Amino acid sequence: MASSPAALPSAVSSSVPATARRDRDAVGRALARLGFTISSLSGYFFLWAPIVLLILFSFNDGRSVNTWFGFTTRWYEGIFDSALDKQSSFQTAALLRAVGNSLLVGLASTAIACALGTTVALSLARGTFPGRRWLDALLLMTVIFPEITQGISLAIFFKVAFDGIGLFLEPRPQPGFGTIIIGHVVFTVSYVAIVVRARLADMNPRLDEAAADLGADGWTRFWLITFPLILPGIVAGALLAFTLSLDDFVVTFFLSGVGTTTLPVFVYGLLKVSVTPDINAVSTLMLLASMLMIGVSLLLQNRNNQDRNF
Amino acid sequence: MPQTTADAEDPLSVSPQDGWTPASQPTWRAWLARHSAVLLSLPTLLWLLIFFVAPLLIILMMSVMTRGAGGVPQLPLTLEHYDRTFNIFGVVLNRSLWIAFWTTLACLLLAYPMAVFIRTRHKPWVRSLALFLVVLPFWTNFLARTYAWRMLLGNEGIINSLLARLGLTEHGLQLLNTELAVMIGLVYGFLPFMVLPIYASVERFDFRYVEAATDLGANYWHTFWRVMLPMTLPGVLAGCVLVFVPSIGAFVTPDLLGGRSGLMIGNLINSQFKGTGNMPLGAAMSVVLLAFVLLPLAAYLRMNREERLN
Repeated sequence: MASSPAALPSAVSSSVPATARRDRDAVGRALARLGFTISSLSGYFFLWAPIVLLILFSFNDGRSVNTWFGFTTRWYEGIFDSALDKQSSFQTAALLRAVGNSLLVGLASTAIACALGTTVALSLARGTFPGRRWLDALLLMTVIFPEITQGISLAIFFKVAFDGIGLFLEPRPQPGFGTIIIGHVVFTVSYVAIVVRARLADMNPRLDEAAADLGADGWTRFWLITFPLILPGIVAGALLAFTLSLDDFVVTFFLSGVGTTTLPVFVYGLLKVSVTPDINAVSTLMLLASMLMIGVSLLLQNRNNQDRNF
Repeated sequence: MPQTTADAEDPLSVSPQDGWTPASQPTWRAWLARHSAVLLSLPTLLWLLIFFVAPLLIILMMSVMTRGAGGVPQLPLTLEHYDRTFNIFGVVLNRSLWIAFWTTLACLLLAYPMAVFIRTRHKPWVRSLALFLVVLPFWTNFLARTYAWRMLLGNEGIINSLLARLGLTEHGLQLLNTELAVMIGLVYGFLPFMVLPIYASVERFDFRYVEAATDLGANYWHTFWRVMLPMTLPGVLAGCVLVFVPSIGAFVTPDLLGGRSGLMIGNLINSQFKGTGNMPLGAAMSVVLLAFVLLPLAAYLRMNREERLN
């Protein structure tokens, strides 16, 4: 970089005998390597310890969150029992409604995000056109802008728009599933686009050329050549979008109306109040569900490019 | 960019000038094929312009309007909300910046060794697993993970009961509802954002440079400071931006872990839009937050472009 020859490491011109220096360096290197391994492993510990403890304590036979009283599945049973109309302390009916709402929002927003994300990925991969970089920047911004500004600005946008529509239409539209789905599509479409684009970049352009030479038009080429090849990318992107939608709290929180409580909004309400094993159990189920989907998504993305680009 | 327009035609489509286009092909199909890239981008572009850009413009407009009766913004235009954001709420703004800064630094110190650790695994499957273990928590439910820290840090939590059992503390430490708790939660949430870009840089880094430096007599630290760090700096900078930006706009983490003393700008914005808040003031705070998000981002992108030009 900017270093002049005079600023070379002082070790080079050191007067210590070479062998002694090498010995000292070997010890230093061993120590450094040890410290390095410990610090990187502690990074993993930091990432995983809370998750492991959360799962562990969801099986704790007691309400304590710091002492282990033995193994039980009663918190899970509590959730499922009241689903079957048995006696339980947990408000399972509300939970199940929230799960249903989450799935509805997740499926709808994923479907739209996939259609939009795939088309925009095709567009960005195919050609250059004026404003292409702006579109790229716009997609990046939807990922990086704080969720709170996205949620609030969209909530205000809908309020203004619905007030306007309300002047002509009875009844005035209300925020609900529609607004939540729209908000989710805004921040998930980028993820689909990124994954599909990576897939398109791996695609051999000669396949498309060959089909064109054989007289297939653009539409046929897309459905017979491009689409089957990028399908794993679309599925992987869909799983990411679905997971993001299921897990989203902030944007949903600002856009939801009456009766559209999703699972994260429901859980947020619970855990603002207290820390209990029921919530541990619900959180564990949520964690496992998202891990499963992401595992599948990563596998699909990795199939073609082994151990590169996660 | 002037040169982009030259390439606007779909390079894969048969252009009409070529002379052998079947006469039966309708001209509108040729037109479609020629403009396919632009047309494919339109649905997403419109979606983002309406549901992402327009809401932000509304916020921007609202931030310079006067607070009217019932919180409805009205004329005349004023800058008083910005004045209040910086003066009365300067404490919170300051705290948000500091929390984001320390979060970024802590992430960097944890992530760099982790990235090198992953890179230096010899077996490909170990490397994939090590990477997978970093990526997976990022994709799991954010609420559930933050909640896990509530369980760990509480007065009755695992950390406090462990400290008490070891006889290190008598009354238990106040961990939850502090700035420290917010930082821990943010580091925990955004650590993968730091590990992944650094890993991408370290992966490209040729470790023979380390050997060369060692052969030339540089010790461990010199090798790191003068060779490895400068060459992996792009990843480090990308990671810093990716952690700093969502940290400063955080809302859920300070809400669940910070209590009163860990209040951040996101929480203030939220309270302005709920109940009897001051919407123009909240809008001004959002604009200030966006400025703090866009500045590091723009600086990074600019630096990146200059680097590529060199």
